[in-house]
Amino acid sequence: MVPMAKTVIKVDNLSKQYRLGQIGGGTLRDDVNRWIARLMGRPDPLAKIGQEGAAHARNESFWALKDVNFEVKEGEILGIIGRNGAGKSTLLKILSRITTPTEGRITMRGRVGSLLEVGTGFHPELTGRENIYLNGTILGMRKAEVDRKLEEIIAFAEMERFVDTPVKRYSSGMTVRLAFAVAAHLEPEILIVDEVLAVGDAEFQAKCLGKMKDVSSQGRTVLFVSHNMGSIVDLCQRGLVVESGRLIFDGEVGAAVTCYMEKGVSHRKEITADDFSGLLRDRILIESVRINDIDVGAAPLVNPLETITVEVLGTSKAQLSNMDLFVTVYKDGVRLFTLFDQKQWGYLEQGAFRSVFTLPDKVLRPGHYTVRVGGDRKGGFEWLLSGDIGRFEIMDMYSDGFEARAHGIFNFPRTGMRLQVRKDQ
Amino acid sequence: MSNESTEQLHEELFGHDHITVIEPHGNLFELKLRELWGYKDLILLFVRRDFVAEYKQTILGPAWHIIQPLMITIMFTIVFGNIAKLSTDGLPPFLFYMSGTVIWTYFANVFTEISGTFTKNAGIFGKVYFPRLAIPVSVMISKLIAFAIQFGIFLAFGAYYLMTTNVLVPNGWILFTPLLLLMMGSLALGGGIIISSLTTRYRDLMVLIGFGVQLLMYATPVIYPLSSLPEKWQFWAALNPIAPIIEAFRYAYLGAGTASWEMLSTSGATILAILLLGTLMFNRVERTFMDTV
Repeated sequence: MVPMAKTVIKVDNLSKQYRLGQIGGGTLRDDVNRWIARLMGRPDPLAKIGQEGAAHARNESFWALKDVNFEVKEGEILGIIGRNGAGKSTLLKILSRITTPTEGRITMRGRVGSLLEVGTGFHPELTGRENIYLNGTILGMRKAEVDRKLEEIIAFAEMERFVDTPVKRYSSGMTVRLAFAVAAHLEPEILIVDEVLAVGDAEFQAKCLGKMKDVSSQGRTVLFVSHNMGSIVDLCQRGLVVESGRLIFDGEVGAAVTCYMEKGVSHRKEITADDFSGLLRDRILIESVRINDIDVGAAPLVNPLETITVEVLGTSKAQLSNMDLFVTVYKDGVRLFTLFDQKQWGYLEQGAFRSVFTLPDKVLRPGHYTVRVGGDRKGGFEWLLSGDIGRFEIMDMYSDGFEARAHGIFNFPRTGMRLQVRKDQ
Repeated sequence: MSNESTEQLHEELFGHDHITVIEPHGNLFELKLRELWGYKDLILLFVRRDFVAEYKQTILGPAWHIIQPLMITIMFTIVFGNIAKLSTDGLPPFLFYMSGTVIWTYFANVFTEISGTFTKNAGIFGKVYFPRLAIPVSVMISKLIAFAIQFGIFLAFGAYYLMTTNVLVPNGWILFTPLLLLMMGSLALGGGIIISSLTTRYRDLMVLIGFGVQLLMYATPVIYPLSSLPEKWQFWAALNPIAPIIEAFRYAYLGAGTASWEMLSTSGATILAILLLGTLMFNRVERTFMDTV
């Protein structure tokens, strides 16, 4: 019988309430003034004009988290996504014991290491080596553990030459590398990471993600918050979506990302004839444009290793001969290419139509692209063309075999050849 | 769900290993000493950091710990000893003032530094967890190093006077020095964490502290012996928990002072009460202050 994986984190009905208004930033002088004024029957000298009920304003509160429930098993890598202000950081802060819940209970098993910031506790007067110790112990390592890993940490940061100079003389890049090297060698049973990867260049980020994958492959549990959907999908198997303090999705990471993206659709407006210019705009109505089955208005994220399917749905009010329908893809304002829905001019029948355009996988590189849609009738006079009707993003991937080093817009197959003309001894 | 079955459920799920439970309310009185002990490496590194930073940041480095008490003692001797001619209990004024200064400085430094714990460390407290008491404790230890240097100078001068005069009568009370130090440190700790807990609500308290500590020095027998006060006042002055400690310290090393077990135990009880109150407030504030900072 296979033993069931143990639960390492259990979150029960977690809620966190914050009070609004100014609390704790007051001064004794202000309070004394207020108190004296009250004694003398005068109005509060510190209330803002028109805010007589100032006392009430101070009692307003909002729930940053409400009734969050989930369980994490040993060895899972859990991604937590959500818009800014959704409550992700609050959740992490509570899990990291930086602040306490208002309601509910969390039980965790094993040592917890939190990376909410890189370089916590660094002191500029201390040398790199001394800061490794300080930072390491602040993050929860024992001194003996830091002793053991010291060489590894210095090597990972590539700082052998500089480790005995005071940190105040480091460049910011060096500080980040050192700080992350320490953090990367944290080996808690539960690792919590909050977007610290946003610091550093792409190569560095890839290195960090790689290290996090190693950590999880050793059976440790990882909780990862990021806005970079690419790294979320790359690293995690399971995703939690947080929205306005509530957990709205808990499941497979791809579905979680879709859920998160679709949340952005609500603000999208309908496509109307006004979005188009050209003589044909009253005769051909485009109703929806979807990429990999997500509305372009939601700026879908596309996995670079998948084929991209663009679907355009619309109706034509009349039968039009010699029609081409197309989708144009732009990047940074530059038109890259146009995809047509037929091999040659053809009839567009009156009624509803569905055009499908396919881009092979691994052609477009990670980046943001805009989409326009339109139609062209042979002759050059009758056409329709939209403005920017939507966007999509090709995710960054950090896995091997992805050609991370190739920069640019397109991936081309490796067709170059090298011929050894002469071999010198 | 009853509390009992939740416990059972947690046992099943988690077993006996290192378990952390995060709840809205903790026990306000627990000192979490075991947890603090687990972080002793960190506490010592904080001590090291403060020492190194101070050493590198001041022009004179550790020499400052020698020059400062010397200068203060000389000034006191001139102003209070020669000009004001305050009583020094029959002791050489220089030594009298130095003894008071050395132990008072330890208290004042620890107290002032700990009072700023929450305000000065809001950054680090917001980013990583460690028992917040680790910082006040590290302050107690790092200031001890400065004390040791000053104490050494005091002993040096004391030895000189011992050999050249016969006014000094050091006695067995010297053995209680660690106890006196502990009491002093605990008082500074307790008072400091009370103030720092209050600073999370009243930021301008920090300004008052510097001023308050100055006043407190005059209210304590640092520059005058307890015995030189009028009878009526002596009782009230002795209620100051620092007074018996300083007097005992002076008596131990110099042979004159009002060392009394009775006063020391009253002082001890006061210190304990302050520590308790401080722990209560600190525990309460520690949990929530990141929300208000």
